[in-house]
Amino acid sequence: MAHEYELSIGPIHPALKEPIMIRVKVEGEEIVDVDVIASQNHRGIEWLGMNRNNAIQSIYLAERVCGICNFCHPSCLVMAVEEIADIEVPERAQYIRVIQGELERIHSHLLWAGVAAHELGFDTLLHYVWMVREKVMDVLELVNGNRVTKSIIMYGGVRRDIKEEHVEHIRKMLDYYRNAFSKLAKFFLEDKTMEKRTREIGILTERDAIELAAVGPTARASGIKKDVRQDFPYFAYPDFDIHAITPDELTGYTVGDVYDRIVVRLLEVKQSIDIIEEALNEMPSGEIIAEKKLVKLMAKIKASEGEAVARYEAPRGEDIHYVKLKKGFEPLYSWKVRAPTYINILSWRPMLVGYQIADIPIIAASIDPCMSCTNRIAVVKDGKERIFTSDYFHELSVKKTRRLMK
Amino acid sequence: MIPKAFKRSLWVFHVNSGSCNGCDIEIVAALTPRYDVERFGIKLVGSPRHADVIAFTGPVTKDMEEKVKRVIAQAPEPKVIVVVGACGIGGGVFHESYHLSGPIDKLIPDAKFFYVPGCPPRPEAIIQAFAKAWEYLEEVEKK
Repeated sequence: MAHEYELSIGPIHPALKEPIMIRVKVEGEEIVDVDVIASQNHRGIEWLGMNRNNAIQSIYLAERVCGICNFCHPSCLVMAVEEIADIEVPERAQYIRVIQGELERIHSHLLWAGVAAHELGFDTLLHYVWMVREKVMDVLELVNGNRVTKSIIMYGGVRRDIKEEHVEHIRKMLDYYRNAFSKLAKFFLEDKTMEKRTREIGILTERDAIELAAVGPTARASGIKKDVRQDFPYFAYPDFDIHAITPDELTGYTVGDVYDRIVVRLLEVKQSIDIIEEALNEMPSGEIIAEKKLVKLMAKIKASEGEAVARYEAPRGEDIHYVKLKKGFEPLYSWKVRAPTYINILSWRPMLVGYQIADIPIIAASIDPCMSCTNRIAVVKDGKERIFTSDYFHELSVKKTRRLMK
Repeated sequence: MIPKAFKRSLWVFHVNSGSCNGCDIEIVAALTPRYDVERFGIKLVGSPRHADVIAFTGPVTKDMEEKVKRVIAQAPEPKVIVVVGACGIGGGVFHESYHLSGPIDKLIPDAKFFYVPGCPPRPEAIIQAFAKAWEYLEEVEKK
């Protein structure tokens, strides 16, 4: 009779770039059960954000929720605050935000493609993809002054304009990626080894994806047509014709495996290129920020009261920020971040069970996990840990509904 | 400096103690073709027992404290810890958080540190720190 063994992977492990612990039960080579232990990366960002001197400082903190998606978190926070404080954002600023967001998507998806190649042991491809990625990093640096954390967004607009001399460089970059795309597609989609390691591996069925509320490319690769840019457009996205990309556009059918997740991300890079091109052509002139004087802006935020939820389609999926402002209270009164990986990590279980130990790295990487976005802390009161079950939450929810009905 | 330096190649183990990934992706960028530290023989390895240098990022969250100490103790002497990023040096934007036990130089006071400030630092700055680590290790070797 086969014996079950338990493998603990992480939190410090060469295959994981970030601290997370995965506990896997195996029977021989086959995975029978998976558990994820998070919290190693918890820095208490929400608490910090509520204890800064003012709401503007929290933007820079939001950037450091995650260094890879350092535009989507502050954007989401800014959108929520703008809704509460009723700040009208100039048209040009909205277009610049779209361009910045799409530049970030290109860099993030290429970064992921490299990591995925590395997890398969195809290091040549990792190096090639990261070389290609440097082109967008150059543009980011040229436009923003820094490669990674860019501090570009501000309540009511953006802090730096995209000037005429930048446009030329961005267009060159777009051409470069159009040419590189066919080569990348050949490496990732036509290579025999790649196909053998990713086809029919780590399948997330459409049903599972819906039940686990998967978001972003992970959900789209399982055939769910959902994308915040399409469903609830923000910034200048209503002006663009954006549709959620599913793998059947390229291959004709959807499996929901790792291969499909590669297809979706590659197609999204192509989509981002088109969006940036269109945005550059259509970009109106005018102001880039609603209120240039920061003191006045701070006074306006201090005088506002209310709560708002903002949604943003980050490279990894839907990002949600909840913000509450209180009159006369300078920092954020309440701030809650729900990063995409927080949801997507649940889909590891159906993806991993039934596959082999050797598939763990690529399957785990296939959702593009971002631990620094994800980690939460358990509530320990009086030295006792409480485990909240779904029944408990359901009960709470029922109680609240009854309360509201009265 | 370079001809001398070619005598040894540094092997690096990367530890993330709760950083935001910004520095981590810049470390990978330093390893890949544009900056290509592998031309100097600098290489990322999979075990701290093989490492000469620990590339350290993050402000050390409470959960990671013991694990980080254990990993660093596993690296053989003489070793150098290159702290990449502002939050590894003094907490950075997270400095007042309730869930930090860092920075790392407080936890391991007798180790040799090299600091790379920046949030995140550029890959060039990271390479420079490795070059400094190199010089130091060569001096230790001479003695």
